[in-house]
Amino acid sequence: MPTAQSETAENQALSVIGRPIPRVDGPLKVSGTATYTSDHNFPGMLYAVPVPSTIAKGTIAALDTSAAEKMPGVRAVFHRENIGRFFRVPPNDDFSIVIDENRPPFEDDTIRYYGQYVALTVADTLEQAQAAADAVKVTYDEETPDVRTKLTQEQEPKVGSQRGDATAAFNTAPIKVDQTYVTPAETHNPIELHATVAVWDGTRFTLYETTQSIKNHQLAVSAMLGVPPENVRIVSRFLGSGFGGKLWPWTHDVLTAAAARALNRPVKLVVDRKMMFQTVGHRPLTQQRIRLGATTNGKLVSTQHDSLNHSSILDDYDEGCAEATPHLYRCPNLRVTSGVVHLNVGTPTSMRGPGAVPGLFALESAMDELAVKLNIDPVELRLRNDTEIDEALNLPFTSRHLKECLTVGAEKFDWHQRTPAVGSMKKDGLIVGWGMAAATWIANRLDCEATIELKADGSVRVACGTQDIGTGTYTMLAQMVGEALGIDPDKIQVVLGDSALPTGPLSGGSMATASLVPAVLEAAKKASEKVQFAATAAGPFSGQSVANLIFSNGRIHRKDQSPSDGVPYEQVLQAAKVSSVSGSGSSKGDFTDALGITKPKLSSHSFGTQFVEVTWQPEIARLRVSRTLTVIDGGRIINPRTGRNQIEGAVVMGVGMALFEHTIYDDQHHGAPINSNLADYVVSTHADAPAMDVVFLDYPDTHLNAFGARGIGEIGLAGVAPAIASAVYHATGVRVRELPIRIEDLLG
Amino acid sequence: MQTFEFTRPSDVTSAATAAASAKTAQQGAEIRFIAGGTTLIDLMKLNVEQPHMLIDLNRLPLGDVETLPEGGLKIGAMVRNSDLAHHPAVLRYYPVLSQALLSGASAQLRNKATTSGNLLQRTRCMYFRDTTMPCNKREPGSGCGAINGANRMMAILGTSEHCIATNPSDMNVALTALEATIHIQNAQDTRSVPINEFYLLPGHTPQRETVLEPGDLITHVTLPAPAAGAKSLYLKLRDRASYEFALASAAVIVTVENNRINYARVALGGVGTKPWRSQEAEQALAGVTPSEDRFRAAAEAALQGARPQSQNGFKIELTKRCLTHALKLATQTA
Ligand SMILES: Cc1cc2nc3c(=O)[nH]c(=O)nc-3n(C[C@H](O)[C@H](O)[C@H](O)COP(=O)(O)OP(=O)(O)OC[C@H]3O[C@@H](n4cnc5c(N)ncnc54)[C@H](O)[C@@H]3O)c2cc1C
Ligand code: SF4
Repeated sequence: MPTAQSETAENQALSVIGRPIPRVDGPLKVSGTATYTSDHNFPGMLYAVPVPSTIAKGTIAALDTSAAEKMPGVRAVFHRENIGRFFRVPPNDDFSIVIDENRPPFEDDTIRYYGQYVALTVADTLEQAQAAADAVKVTYDEETPDVRTKLTQEQEPKVGSQRGDATAAFNTAPIKVDQTYVTPAETHNPIELHATVAVWDGTRFTLYETTQSIKNHQLAVSAMLGVPPENVRIVSRFLGSGFGGKLWPWTHDVLTAAAARALNRPVKLVVDRKMMFQTVGHRPLTQQRIRLGATTNGKLVSTQHDSLNHSSILDDYDEGCAEATPHLYRCPNLRVTSGVVHLNVGTPTSMRGPGAVPGLFALESAMDELAVKLNIDPVELRLRNDTEIDEALNLPFTSRHLKECLTVGAEKFDWHQRTPAVGSMKKDGLIVGWGMAAATWIANRLDCEATIELKADGSVRVACGTQDIGTGTYTMLAQMVGEALGIDPDKIQVVLGDSALPTGPLSGGSMATASLVPAVLEAAKKASEKVQFAATAAGPFSGQSVANLIFSNGRIHRKDQSPSDGVPYEQVLQAAKVSSVSGSGSSKGDFTDALGITKPKLSSHSFGTQFVEVTWQPEIARLRVSRTLTVIDGGRIINPRTGRNQIEGAVVMGVGMALFEHTIYDDQHHGAPINSNLADYVVSTHADAPAMDVVFLDYPDTHLNAFGARGIGEIGLAGVAPAIASAVYHATGVRVRELPIRIEDLLG
Repeated sequence: MQTFEFTRPSDVTSAATAAASAKTAQQGAEIRFIAGGTTLIDLMKLNVEQPHMLIDLNRLPLGDVETLPEGGLKIGAMVRNSDLAHHPAVLRYYPVLSQALLSGASAQLRNKATTSGNLLQRTRCMYFRDTTMPCNKREPGSGCGAINGANRMMAILGTSEHCIATNPSDMNVALTALEATIHIQNAQDTRSVPINEFYLLPGHTPQRETVLEPGDLITHVTLPAPAAGAKSLYLKLRDRASYEFALASAAVIVTVENNRINYARVALGGVGTKPWRSQEAEQALAGVTPSEDRFRAAAEAALQGARPQSQNGFKIELTKRCLTHALKLATQTA
C-alpha cells in the first residue's frame, strides 16, 4: 500500500485528468450538509401522502374520503375528481421526452397494478397526512391479477439484429447449447427515497426532485401539467443514488405539483420504501432462450437470443436483453428477438445496465456451458471468438480491448491455476469455485451545453444542467475544467442540478462523463479567448495582438514566453477592470446511434471481464463470494478513485443480483409485491462484499471525445452474475439458470 | 400510527399495575410496555400494534446481570443485548448465548434491544406485518396469508393450519437450550416459568403467543449453573452473511466424558413456531460416542415431525445439516 505521502507525490506527477482526487462534495456529504431533495423545507410547507391501491387489477367502486377530510391538520384529499387535469407526454421516437409510465395519475378508475395511487392526502404534518391516507376508504371491484412468472409470448417477437441464417447454422452445428435463463424482477433500492418538494409562485413551479435527468424532468412534468417548460424549474443538487429508477418522472411528481398549485403552499412528498416497490419502476422479469451452435474447436457458428420480459398493462417496456449479443463475439449467423408480456405490475424501467446486465447473464452463462461441453477453458473460448469488427453494424470499433481484458484478467487472477473439474479446488477446508464472464456496455454521448466563467477573484465557475447522482460528476467536472485551463481543481466551483442552467445530459447509460467533455473543452477555449482579449486592453500585454497571446496553465503569455513568465488570468481581468468573462460550449451527442435513430460511423462500446471466486461449504450449504477481479476497457479514466468506486459498487450490487435480490409478486394476494421492505428484499451487506480488485486498461477512446473518456457506471455490473453462476457451477456442479442462486438450488 | 399516551414509571409495581387494566397482553393489547422499542415501534408504524398507552420500562432498575450464589446467572429484563453478549460471565459460561445474540440484527439494534424485548419480539411473517393481508395472528379468523403465499421463511415445526409463523429470535434459541427461567411480576405476585412453557404453539389461537396476562411484566431471566465441562455453540444459517434472520439455526450444549456424550441440549431456530427444543435429538445423543453419523441421526430425529410448506421444504435438509455441523463443531472443541 502506498503511504499517503507517496500517493501525493505520485499524484502531482499526473495531470489533472487521471488523478485520484477525493470527491469535491465529500466533506458536504459526510458532514450532513449536502442538501438532498427531501431536506428542502419552506415556510408553510405541507406534507402529502399517496393512497396506494391494495389490488392489482380491477376498478375503484367507491372512494370515501369523508373521514380523512375531517381529521386534524388535513388540508385536502385529492383524487380523480378534484385534482384537475393531467396530460400525457407527447408520444415520440426521438428520445426528446422520455417517460416509462405513460398514464398520468388518477386518469381513470381502472387499477392495473398493486400500489397504483388512487388518492392523495395533504396535511400540516407528515403524521397527519399518513393517518388521513390510512383513513381513506376505497372499495374495489377486484379481478384476478396476472403476475405470473412463467412468461409466454403475446405477439410476434421483434427482431433486434439478424445476420446469416442462424436456424440453419444451429441445426447443423456439431456442438449446441440450448437453454433458457431467467432473471427475476428486481427493485432499485437506493437509500434515498424518491421525493418531490413542489413550490408554486402563482405562475411557476419550482420542483425539488430526486432525478437523474433534470432537463427531461422539466419537459415531461411541464407536458403533464400542461404548462410551458419555462414555468417549471427542476432542482436536484444531490442524489442519494438512483440506479436508473430516477431517470424518468413517476406519478408522484405531478401529484405533488398539482397539490402545491391547488393549495398555494409548498408541498413535500416522500415515496416510502414500500411504495418504492410499487410505483417507481423496477427491472422486469426476463426469460431468455439462448441457442449457441459451435464447431468442435469452439468457434461460434450460430447465436440466437430470444428474450421476453414483463411490462405493465399500458406500457411496452422492452428490456432489450440482447443489447450486447450482436457485437460481443464473432459469429456469422445470428438472430436476436424480444417480446413484451403485459402483466399487472407497475411499469418497469432502466436499472443499472438495462438489457445488457440480464442479457449477459444469459449469454455468458450459455458461453460457460459451451466451454464445459467443449472442455475448453472459458477464457480461451472467449479469445477464440473475439472479433475485430462489430458484425452487426459491419463497422470497426472505436476502441476494443476485450482480448486484453481476458488475458490481463486471467494473469492477475492466476487463472492458470484453475483445475476445471467440479469441486476440485480447495482452500482452508472450503471448496473453491472459479468463474468468469465477459462484459460490455454502450459508450455514447448525449447533447450537452456548459458555461465556464473565469472570475477576477481567481475563481472559476462551471455550470451545466446535469446532475451528480452520487457517481462523482462534481469532481469529474472540476477535473475536466482544471485540465482544460491548467488550473487547480480546488479553485473550480461546479454548479449542477438546476434546469435553469445550460442544458446538460441525463445521468444514465454511463454517458454523463463522456458527454461533458466536448462542451467543457469548447467553453474553456472560449472563456480563455476572452481573457486573451481582455489582456490586449490593459496591463503588460496591452496593445498586443490577440494572435500573439496564449492562455495556458491559468496564465496569459506571449507565444514566445513560457507560461510561468505570463500573467495569471485574474490579474489580467483585474487590470482590465472586468469582473469576469465566460464562454459557452455545446456538443451534439451520438446516443441516437445506439437507439437506431441515426446511423453510427463506428461501433462504440466499453468492454470488460470479471473473474470470481466463491467458497462453498456443502456441510452447511454456505456459499459466499470471496474474491473478484474486474478488468475494464472503459476509455481513459478521469479519476481512478471515483472510477474504482463505481466498479466496486457494481460488483457488490452484482453479488446481490446473483444471490439475493428478487421481488416477489404474490399471485395469491392481490398481486402485491409482498417483500416490499429491506428486511425481506435481501440486498448485499458489507459482510457479503468480497475482496475486490479492479484494473482499468485506460486506453483513451478519442473517437468519443478529446480526453478519450467513457462512462463506467454500468459496465462493472455487466458480468458479475454470470461469473458468479459460473463459479458456483465450478464449485458445486449445479448449473443455476434462474436468478437468484439460492440455498435450495444447491442443497442437492 | 395511532396516538397514544406515554408513561414512564420508576418502579416495577407501578409499571405492572398500570398495565393491569388491559384486556390482553397478547396481539391487540391496548397497553404495551416499551423496552428498546425496536420491535414495537416498527409494528406501531405499520399499524399492526395500536396501543393506546405505552409504559416505558427504561427507568426500571432491571438493567443488571448478576451471578447467583448457586452458580447460575440472573439477567435483568432491561439488559441490552450487546451488554449481555459481551458480559464476562456469559462469554465464559454461556458462549452459546453470546454467539446467538451477536448473530442477530445489527450492532445498533443490539445496543437498543433488551432481554425481555427480545424474548417477546414478534414474527417477521410478511403477512402479519401488512394490515391489508389476511393473518390469523393479527386478525383471528381472517385466514393465513403465508400458507398459500410466500412461505419460504416460515416454520416447519409446531405449525398449525391456522399459522406457520416462525419465532425469529436467535437469543431465544440459546435460552431454550440453556433451560432459562422467565420471571414475571404483576400487581399481585411474582411467578417463574421455564422457557419451554413460556411460548405457546399457534394451534387455533395464533394470536396468543405466550403465557403472559395483562399486567405481567418480565423482570428477569435466570440461567441454571452451567453443566461441568459443557461446550456450547450457536450456528446460524441464512442467505446473506449478516443482518438477516435465520433460515435455520441450532444452539447446542454438550458434555463428553470418556468419549461418550453424557449431556446434550439442543434447540433450533428459524424453523419453529416457538424456539424449538428438541428432546428427540437430545435422546438420540444421550450416551453415544460422538460421530458424524450419530449427529446426523440426532438431526433426523429432530426433524421427524417437520411439516414443510410449498417453498420451505429445503429447510428440513438445511436444518439437519445445521444441527449436524453444530454438534460436530461443539464436540471438536470438547
Ligand atoms: C432490522 C431488524 C433486524 C433484526 N434482526 C434480528 C435477528 O437477526 N435476530 C434476532 O434475534 N432478532 C433480530 N431483530 C429483532 C430484535 O432482536 C428485537 O427487535 C429486539 O430484541 C426487541 O427488543 P426491544 O427491547 O427493542 O423490544 P420492544 O420493541 O421494546 O418490545 C418488544 C415487545 O416486548 C414487550 N416487552 C418488552 N419488555 C417487556 C417486559 N419487561 N415485560 C413484558 N413485556 C415486555 C413489549 O411490550 C413489546 O410487545 C431484528 C430487528 C430489526 C428491526
Ligand atoms: S403464518 Fe401466522 S402470522 Fe403469518 S399470516 Fe399466517 S397466521 Fe399470520
